[in-house]
Amino acid sequence: MVFTNPALRHQVIQIYKQLLFMGREYPLGYDYYRTRLHKAFASQQHLTDEEQIKKGIARAEFVKKEIEALYFLKRYRTLRQRYEKP
Amino acid sequence: MSGLRILVPVKRVIDYAVKPRVNRAQTAVETASVKHSMNPFDELSIEEAVRLRERKVPVAEIVAFSAGPPKSQDILRTAMAIGADRGIHVVVEEKDPQLEPLGVAKLLKKVVESEKSDLVILGKQSIDDDAGQTGQMLAGLLNWPQATQASKVEIANNTVTVTKEVDGGVETVKAKLPMVITTDLRLNEPRYASLPNIMKAKKKKLDKKTLADYDLDAPPRLKIIKVTEPPPRKGGVKVDDVDGMISKLKELGAL
Repeated sequence: MVFTNPALRHQVIQIYKQLLFMGREYPLGYDYYRTRLHKAFASQQHLTDEEQIKKGIARAEFVKKEIEALYFLKRYRTLRQRYEKP
Repeated sequence: MSGLRILVPVKRVIDYAVKPRVNRAQTAVETASVKHSMNPFDELSIEEAVRLRERKVPVAEIVAFSAGPPKSQDILRTAMAIGADRGIHVVVEEKDPQLEPLGVAKLLKKVVESEKSDLVILGKQSIDDDAGQTGQMLAGLLNWPQATQASKVEIANNTVTVTKEVDGGVETVKAKLPMVITTDLRLNEPRYASLPNIMKAKKKKLDKKTLADYDLDAPPRLKIIKVTEPPPRKGGVKVDDVDGMISKLKELGAL
């Protein structure tokens, strides 16, 4: 086990949990989402450099925003289709 | 001026992404073991209340309110995760007669009186019944001004200016507080109720009440005769050429 900054480790686990939570509403299903999310995190497992890990966290935050936007747009478009299109 | 006291009623409905199924007796839509969530229009009203506070409009309190089965609690938690300060839950069991828009409006009137609210922001309609009446009825019962289907809300010195989208343009409504506002789809972009915020919302206060606490008796006045699914869409046909199309249109009586 390589020694890493415990604060960073905590941050990584937090963002992973948050992303996992968001996946419960993913249009393609939770299983699809979870396996891909797990793979994405596992592929970065080897990172030990703190700067690199911080970059990874920033990327995860970005993905989180993207998923939020995806959910919002999906709902907005469905509702517009239902209530506003003639 | 002391801060605004905003009341935001929310409703637990079948999730917008779920295709509703009619039950076998054709009396209602199947609700057992179906995903439920907050009515999207109500989410817009919570978000607007929170944004008013963020825009430095003096807001004393944002109270989320829901009347419905015990599970409506989850919806109130979501509302508090978005930014409501506390919640009131009037428990209406599923086996009891369900509230109708007029019943909800009467109940809300009592809540407004007991909470001393001066602004009520509702969704313009719920996506399950699509009645779109509660806000208007509440304004009528309270004898307050109302602005329906708001696409922009501004508050300055006790005056509320609401812009609404109408056919071919926008309409601006101005009125003094207190007021009832119902929200339209393009009012704002509701934020996502994130996991940390939902956890924090669990610490906020949630009062459980019953209809008896508000001394309200709202017997059902409407009778549902039959619920059916819409007829399936008929497939289109391909025509070979213009003449084929014209003859087809004549056949259908469009020409």
